[in-house]
This record gives sequence, C-alpha cells and structure tokens, in this order.
Amino acid sequence: MFEQHLAALPIILPLIAAPIVLILGRSTFAWAFATLVSAAACYFSWQLLWVAFDSNVISYAVGGWPPPWGIELRVDTTNAFVLLAVTALSTLVLLYAKDSIENEVAPSKHALFYTAHLLCLAGLSGILLTGDAFNLFVFLEVSSLATYTLVSLASDRRCLVAAFRYLMMGTIGATFILIGVGMLYMKTGTLNMLDLASRIDLYDSSRTINSGLAFIMVGVSIKLALFPLHMWLPPAYTHAPSAVSAFLAGTATKVAVYVMIRFIFTVFGVNHVFEEMGMDLILMALAIVAIFKCSYMATVQSNVKTVLAYSSVAQIGYMILGLSLVSAAGLMSGLIHIFNHALMKGALFMAVGAVFYRVGSVDISAFRGLGKQMPLTMAAFTIAGLSIIGVPLTVGFVSKWYLVTAALEQSHWAIAALVLAGSLLAVIYIGRVLEAAYLQSASPDSEPVREAPWLMLLPMWLLVLANLYFGIDTSLTTDAASSAAEWLFQTTESAAQGSAQ
Amino acid sequence: MSFILDYYNYWVVVFLMMTGFYIVISANNLVKRIVGLNIFQTSVFMLYISMGKVNGGTAPILVEGVDVYSNPLPHVLILTAIVVGVATTAVGLSLIVRIKRAYGTVEEHEFETQGDVI
Amino acid sequence: MTLLIDLVLLAMLALTALRIIFLKDLFAVVMLFGIYSFLSALIFVNLDAVDVAFTEAAVGAGISTVLMLGTLALTGRNERECERSSLLPLLVVCVTGAVLIYGTLDMPPFGHADNPVHEHVAPRYIQDSPQEVGLPNMVTSVLASYRGFDTLGETVVVFSALIGVLALLGVRREDNSLTPESGLKSHLVLHVVAKLIIPMIILFALYVQFHGDFGPGGGFQAGVIAAAAFILYALVFGLPSAFSVVSPKFLQVMASLGVLLYASVGLYSMAKGGQFLDYNKLAANPIDGQHYGIIIIELGVGITVFAVMLSIFYAFSSQVARLNIR
Repeated sequence: MFEQHLAALPIILPLIAAPIVLILGRSTFAWAFATLVSAAACYFSWQLLWVAFDSNVISYAVGGWPPPWGIELRVDTTNAFVLLAVTALSTLVLLYAKDSIENEVAPSKHALFYTAHLLCLAGLSGILLTGDAFNLFVFLEVSSLATYTLVSLASDRRCLVAAFRYLMMGTIGATFILIGVGMLYMKTGTLNMLDLASRIDLYDSSRTINSGLAFIMVGVSIKLALFPLHMWLPPAYTHAPSAVSAFLAGTATKVAVYVMIRFIFTVFGVNHVFEEMGMDLILMALAIVAIFKCSYMATVQSNVKTVLAYSSVAQIGYMILGLSLVSAAGLMSGLIHIFNHALMKGALFMAVGAVFYRVGSVDISAFRGLGKQMPLTMAAFTIAGLSIIGVPLTVGFVSKWYLVTAALEQSHWAIAALVLAGSLLAVIYIGRVLEAAYLQSASPDSEPVREAPWLMLLPMWLLVLANLYFGIDTSLTTDAASSAAEWLFQTTESAAQGSAQ
Repeated sequence: MSFILDYYNYWVVVFLMMTGFYIVISANNLVKRIVGLNIFQTSVFMLYISMGKVNGGTAPILVEGVDVYSNPLPHVLILTAIVVGVATTAVGLSLIVRIKRAYGTVEEHEFETQGDVI
Repeated sequence: MTLLIDLVLLAMLALTALRIIFLKDLFAVVMLFGIYSFLSALIFVNLDAVDVAFTEAAVGAGISTVLMLGTLALTGRNERECERSSLLPLLVVCVTGAVLIYGTLDMPPFGHADNPVHEHVAPRYIQDSPQEVGLPNMVTSVLASYRGFDTLGETVVVFSALIGVLALLGVRREDNSLTPESGLKSHLVLHVVAKLIIPMIILFALYVQFHGDFGPGGGFQAGVIAAAAFILYALVFGLPSAFSVVSPKFLQVMASLGVLLYASVGLYSMAKGGQFLDYNKLAANPIDGQHYGIIIIELGVGITVFAVMLSIFYAFSSQVARLNIR
C-alpha cells in the first residue's frame, strides 16, 4: 500500500501529524511524536529517490483526477534528491531541538514549536513534490507562515522585528509569484507545470509570458535571498532559536532554489529563459556579487550566527552561479551543493546553538577558550567549517570541485578563479571563530563551561560524519545530481524540439 | 476604442496593485504596511477574477437554459488566496502587537534608532 | 450597464486606495480599507464571482478589519511624521508597474469567450462537473474535488495562522474579578437585539455551510459567519462569558480536529484503494462518493475556520483586556 502512495506520503504525514501534536500538547510526547513522523517522512523520501532512479518520473494524481484538471504530484530525481536532504535535516534538527528548545523557548510554547516545525516540513515537501503551479503557491504559504512563527519564538525581542520583515518580504515575494502564475494561466489556460511547458512554447515571444517570467523570477529570488533581495535573511537567522536557524538555513532557501530550477528548466525551458531573455548573465552577475559582498560581510560580523547567515547568502550565490552556467555540469554542481550545504550549515548552526546552550551568548568573544572546554562541539564546528571552505575530503570540496570543473568546461577561467577566491574569504570568517576557540584562552573570571548534552551532540556529529562520508564516497550525491541534471536538460531540449516541429 | 474597452480593466487593476505595493514599501507605520499588503493582494485577486469573466456569461452555478458561464477556476484559486491573505494578516498583526509591547512603538524609524536592530 | 457599474466601482477603488497613501489617521485608513474590500466584493459580483465576493466581504471587510482595529486599540491610531525619502519606493513601484503594463499588452482581451483561459482546462469543469461530481455549483466542485488538495493546503494555512497567533499572543484567561465589565454590557437594547440576532446568524452559517453545493457559500464562508456570531456575543456580553461558552482550549482542539477530519477523508479513500482524496472510492456509486466526500471536507473546513477565526479574535481581545486592566 505504501509503494503506491510514496509520492504523497512525505507531504501527508507531517501535515496530519501537526494538529495531533497540538492536541498532545505535552512537550516530551510532542517531541517524540514529531521526530518519529519526520523520520518516517525521511524514510519514504529515501524510498522515493530509489524509485525515481529506476523509473525517472512518478506521477500521482491527487483526488484521482487526471492532470491538468486535477493536481498532480510529480517526482523525478531532482525533487526526490532535495526532499531527502530536507527530511533528513528536519529529523536531525528535531532530535537536537529537545534540549535547545527547552533552553530558548518558553515551556508553554514547546508544542507550538513542534507543530510549526511539522507544518513547515509539510509545506516544503509540498513545494518540492507538486506539479501544479498554483498548488506550489499554497504550500509556499504553508511553509512561510510556519517559518515566521518559528523565527518569532525566540526570547530576544529582536526576533520580532526580524520575523516581521521576513513576513513582509516573503509575502511580497509570494504575491509576485501569484501575479506571474496568473499571467501564465491567462495565456495558456492551465496550471499544471508540464502542460504549461508545452503550451508556453506556442507563445514564446509573448509579452505577457515574458512579464510573468520576470515576476516569478523576482518573487522566487526574494524567497531564496538572492543578492540584493537578501536583506531579510541575516536578521531572521541571527535572532531565530538555534534549532530553527539550523533547519531553515539548510532547507527553506534551498527549496526556493529548487523552485527557480523547476521554473527555468521545466516550465519555461532553457532556451527561452537563457538564450532569448539573457537571464543567465543577470543571474551570474548577481551570484558573483553575492559571493563576494556577503562573504565579506561575514568576515566583519561579531555575532557568529550572523556570520553563518551571511555565509548562507554567499553559498546561495554558488548554487545560482552553477545553474547560470547553462550546462548539465553546472546544474549538477548547484544540485549537489543544495544537498551538501544542508549538511554543513546544519552542523555549523547546531554547534553554535550548543555554545549558546552552555555559554548563553554567540558573540565571537564568547568562543574564547571553548576549544578546550567544549572539545566535541568545537571539533564539529571545525570540520563543518572546513567543509564550507572547501577542504578536500569534505562535501564542500566536492561542491566546489564540480562547480570549478563546470566553469572550466566552458573555459570560464575567471569564474573558476573567483570561486577559489571566494573560498579564501570563507577561510577568514571561519578562521576568526576557530582562532577565538583554540588560540585565545577564556577570560579568567568567566565560569567553566561543560560539553553540550549528548542529545545535541548526536545529531551534530551525525551531520559532521555525513560531511566526511559524502566527501569521500560521492557516489550517491553525484549519481542523484547528475541524473537529475541530465533529465532536466533532456526534457527541456525535447520540449524545445517538440515546439520547433 | 475597442482596444481601450478590451484592456481598461487590466490597467486599472495594475494601478490599484501598484498603489498597494507603494503603501507596503513606503509606509513607516507597520499597521499601514499591512493595510497596503492587503490592498496589493486584493488587487491581484481582481486580476485573476477579470480573466475569468466571459461577456454575457453568468455565475458558474448550473441553471436550466443557460449555457454561457464564467470560468470557475480563477474563482477557486482566489478563494484559496483570500484565505491565505487573511492568515498572513493575522500573523503580521500579532507580530505588530508584540513589537509594540517590546519596543513601545510601531514606527519603523523609531525602533530602528533603539540600537539593537541589525 | 455592467460596463458603467464596473467603471464607477473601479474609479471608487482608485480614489480609496490613493486616499489611504496620504492619510495619517490609522483609524480612517482601516475604515477605508474595509470600504476598499467591500467595493472589490462588488466588483467580484459584477464579474460573476459570487463565491469570491462572499468570501471577500466576510474576510477582507469583516475579519481583517476587526483584527486591524484590535491592533490599533493596542498600538495607537496616528501615524507619526517621518523624514524618509519616498523616491526609492516610487522608483520600484514605477518599474514594477511598467513591467506589468508591458505584460498587459499581449493579454487576451477582457471578457472574450475564446480566450485561452476558457478553452483548455475550464470546459471540463463547466460541461462535465455536473455529471462527474453531481453538484450544480461548479466552484464548489472544483474547490472541493478537482482541486481538493489546494483546499486542504488552504485549511492548513488557516491552521498555521492559529499556531502563529497562539505562539505570539496566546490567549489569557484573566481572573473574572479583574476584567472590567464590557462597556456594552449595560445597554439593554443591545442585549436584547444581540440575543435575537445571534441564533439567526448561526442558523445562516449552517445554511451557508450545507447549501454551498447548490449556491454560493461553503465551509469557509460558514466558518467565518459562525465565528462572527460568537464575536458579537463576546463584544456585547464580555470576553469571560464568551470563554465560558466556548473555551480557548476547546477551540484549539476543534481547529485540529477540522484539519484531521479533512485529511481522514483522504486516508479513507487511500484505504479503499484510491488516490489521496479520491472521493469516487468512498461509496459504491462514484457520484454518492463525491457527495459524501465534499460534505465531510466542507465540514472540516468550516470547523477549522470557525475555531481559528474565533481563537484569533480571542487572542487579540484578551490583549486589549489586559491593556485595560493596567
């Protein structure tokens, strides 16, 4: 019975579990139940990835109505791969959240936290799996509303302003997407993505379609925090509870990157977006500015969570740079980086959250001497930090390797050099924290600090080991990403040929 | 003339959308921003409903002897979007209430000067 | 004639929106927004979208305005002057507007029956849904059956809003002796009229709930109307008495159960061998199955929306009550 509904389960499970968690109410029950559900969703998305490998596409008609009349869930390796990263990170973050949330969130709100987390997971899974442009908007709003709630749960008053700005920007972005989808619908009469793709080709040069494309791209860019529309992200990730930052940094914006890939490659087609509209140059320029401006911003912050937040914007730059190369290799490097970045940023934010749990501050000065006092946490931070920099044997190296190879494949020497130069900035911002932790000693009057509790260390170290494992044995990630990228290019080219005939 | 008749609706709706959008990004008071957001969204809804209209058609509820109906699909989409809009408004307003309690003001420039906002 | 009505309404909308930009009195801004919402509901009626008009009037002009007024009671009613340059926002708006106008130039002309929107997907909804789903109201058919997954998402969005408001404001049960009597409690006329009206509002809500298959209406509108009845009760008789009729905790459970009721229809159809939310499998006869499915999910939507809207109102007004005590 499960095989038949594999495509729907990662959405339905957390969606049904969320109200149950609210009814359960008690903190420990809610936590255990939410973690179990998230683990089940992770298991099913793992299965889904293997089915997608075998059969390329799974189509699931919700309500039994065939597309385009009903809503279709459409799974291929691309979304199954991203979904696996999202559900896996969600499960680990939930494990981690128990101690972290008890420390950072008022007890009466614990059940609300787990409910909102599951709603966010359901929304993200829905965005990933749906094959319907309007359904995507609905799930985007489910996940966004849950996200605003999660950010505002922290006890620091600054999280409120951060959440409000996030809400304004996010809603403007979603409304832009709504306008764009409306324009596509107006010209084609359909909302199903595949059906849209085949019918958009009939109106390639239409001004309505082009303007719809512009609105969707700007709307999605706000959601994925593409420079210069990223201003909402650093405050939100800085002031959110640590578990929330760890989850969002690895998933929310990355799902938006997926949405951009889906719209460019499946709905509009590469030829239209890149060759006729020239969007690849715009994206490439913005991506490069994002990498340098935000990496530089990361080097001058004193709050380590802000450092990581700016680093996230810079990492999004790498993903967009990959896809702006307009080649299967470039797209593949972007997809791999979505998965790998979830591993690195998840581990980094978890380590910083563990420091907050023990020290009560995430200022860079609070890290002094922690190398000795919290050896396991700081070792995790170090390895994940090396991964962000791109040191060999970590996943960060794999991402950078494929990105540089993809750039060199097209003889973009300058871009390859810029990617490497960006890594140098990462050396500085990660190095500043490591310097404080290992080379400076704690001020003598500060109280001694113990290692973080094991329930925080366990998921953190699972992520760190994943960083190393997928840095050495890259078969799963490269297979999934390359088959996804080839499939996307294949479909977009066959669609172009279909319209030419 | 027929050109204007064919498009006047869209143009007015675009004007309304942009008025709402302007309030969202220019207003200083957070409540006013939420009002602007609602105006922006409501105007987008009008764009959708305009495209579903068929001249001489009637509301899409089956009636004996009528065979021209307006398109029900945009109506369904906008029903959903209205609900999403009110949900966002409720969360946004609760945030404003909390901001007022934490900072004592809901004017953008006043809590910006309180120093602890990045 | 329709054209004339349309033009007048659009002009009124434009004036209302423009006025809001320059007004500093937020109470007036919110009132004008309510007017804007009602005017757009009229536009929707004029464009044959009766269900949408119903919802816009209940939600935009009703619930949203009430919540905004509740916020103003807590934050003050005047916007303060500020020396902020409005040049950049104006530029952004002009560029966005230009892209939109550029996009309208190739749009299909307004109201023509041969536009692509009316040709590809929609004809099946119009021609076949009365047979396939068995309901005269095509909007309900599409909403609850063809695009039932969207509606599930919509119900979950409402539920998320509840989670957000509870996390931010919470609902406090104040000590009854501390809460000041509602200012309206001493008005005998209001008392009597409210007692007369409230049952009728609830009856109307039930009518809208169950008649949505045949006319405009459905779970969403019914939920909002039912919530309005209790909001009226809370306003006239005070929040504590409303709490004793429907307690906040009970509402939270109700909101959860509404979502679960909706989802369980989907699970049941999966157990019967269909896809998620495939109502054809609910009964031996597919048309009957569609009927059962739509009635139950509309009920789920109605319960959730009622519980969430009332909870949100409770949350805001218990904040106001708290302020009054201080």
